[in-house]
Amino acid sequence: MKKLINDPNQVVMEMLEGMVLAHPGKLKQIPDTTVLVRSEAPVEGKVGLVSGGGSGHEPSHAGFVGKGMLDGAVSGEVFTSPTPDQIFEAIKAVNGGKGVLLIIKNYTGDVMNFEMAAEMAEAEGINVAKVVVNDDVAVEDSLYTSGRRGIAGTVFVHKIAGALAEQGASLEEVEAVANKVIKYVKSMGMALTPCIVPAAGEPGFQLGDEEMEIGMGIHGEPGIEKTKIQVADQVAETLLMKVVDDLQLKESEKVAVMINGLGATPLMELYIVNKKVAEILQEKNVKIHDTFVGEFMTSLEMAGCSISILRLDNQLLELLDASADTLAFKR
Amino acid sequence: MLFDVSGAKHWIVRLNQKLQEQKKYLTSLDQAIGDGDHGLNMARGFQEVVLKIHDTEYKDLGTFFKDVGMTLILKVGGASGPLYGTAFLKFSMELKEKKEINGIELGEALSAALEGIRSRGRAQLGDKTIVDVWEPVVDLMMSEGENLNPDELIRLANEKMEDTKDMEAKKGRAAYLGKRSIGHIDPGATSSMYLFEALAEVLKGESYEE
Repeated sequence: MKKLINDPNQVVMEMLEGMVLAHPGKLKQIPDTTVLVRSEAPVEGKVGLVSGGGSGHEPSHAGFVGKGMLDGAVSGEVFTSPTPDQIFEAIKAVNGGKGVLLIIKNYTGDVMNFEMAAEMAEAEGINVAKVVVNDDVAVEDSLYTSGRRGIAGTVFVHKIAGALAEQGASLEEVEAVANKVIKYVKSMGMALTPCIVPAAGEPGFQLGDEEMEIGMGIHGEPGIEKTKIQVADQVAETLLMKVVDDLQLKESEKVAVMINGLGATPLMELYIVNKKVAEILQEKNVKIHDTFVGEFMTSLEMAGCSISILRLDNQLLELLDASADTLAFKR
Repeated sequence: MLFDVSGAKHWIVRLNQKLQEQKKYLTSLDQAIGDGDHGLNMARGFQEVVLKIHDTEYKDLGTFFKDVGMTLILKVGGASGPLYGTAFLKFSMELKEKKEINGIELGEALSAALEGIRSRGRAQLGDKTIVDVWEPVVDLMMSEGENLNPDELIRLANEKMEDTKDMEAKKGRAAYLGKRSIGHIDPGATSSMYLFEALAEVLKGESYEE
């Protein structure tokens, strides 16, 4: 393992301290926790937004803490859900009297830990609502399983729910728009190389020199299939078509596009993927309102990407365009 | 058969030893069908539990297992923290102010713990989860009561763990794999096997080596 770290057991705390030192005017850390909140938290009269999950997906989620997006982010160990007490601390720190929305990615551990934290908060009289993001179309949806995973499309939930909260909307309204985004955003990813969890010291899976994995999750969970490596256009088409089919996109609909790098894929390659994505959408006469290319939800040093498409109606379009000022997303 | 605070401590310390020894193995099982953190999380969590109980004098089983449950909830994270944490909390609620219990009471308290796991994780028998070891083992303890043979408990826990190999996961991160989860033993079922194996060894009167 070759990593620029000091101690595998201290990576999360040291990263958080480094983030706050880099952006003291924007972020503050709740002492003795892995919680980062806006420096002005709690914002009185505004619904508070809290997200979080395992670390290793930076800039998710602390990179999206700031005006117009999240109020707080909770970081667990690498690829491991944070514990309920930490999430509870975040809820308390961002509660401005109007309630708190928890934005949870759909993983068994995340859902259970956030639920337990919500129960703790409700016991203290804080109004809490929860939404669960499940945008990954690589995984089949079924009543009998845990359902689809939450991946990069989650960032659109942060953006849009955050914008509505900033306008002073109620907890019910913010929850409703978050659920609308969740319904309208679909994603799918792929990986070229594995990543190494620092405390594990070795890759979580193997991919041969000539192999890639379609539908790979952001923790290195196996996806749909291992195949022989293909050119960017082919990969872009495979991922995009699965997303477009699932959304049942029609002609002249408006969308936002996100091409998300998983950590070790250069922007050059992400733009090459985007070229094909844009061409296919234009052929289908789908209107691209805006495109976001970069790293939004990574998987340590994994090489690969995910493609997310968000269907936009007038409300979502307006909220997507509203101003936001966070480390990793500005409008 | 009587089970008291000293037996309880032996159980947890013994379980922690197994988890530390098998950390890499559990993680490798999880790398096959999950996200590869089960061994790390269980080893980290139970190390914290052992630190917590080492220096505390416990008057009864309820307060002892409450500390075990709360420490797991606060230190483990992931899915195993809430599941094992809830199990030990429910277990402790059945053992409030009890200094020692017999085999029947132990079975009943473990049955309450299993209910906690079921309601927190919403998993059923056959979903390829820790429930697939817990449910048959708790059934055995409930039916055998005072006549429980610890070797039979170990045999059953191992057999039920092995049985998860042929199951298709319906809950937890392995469920995303669908049929590709078949052929791999469930990591949670394996850590639960260690839990019952450690308990059975304590019931047999084996102590732990410091």
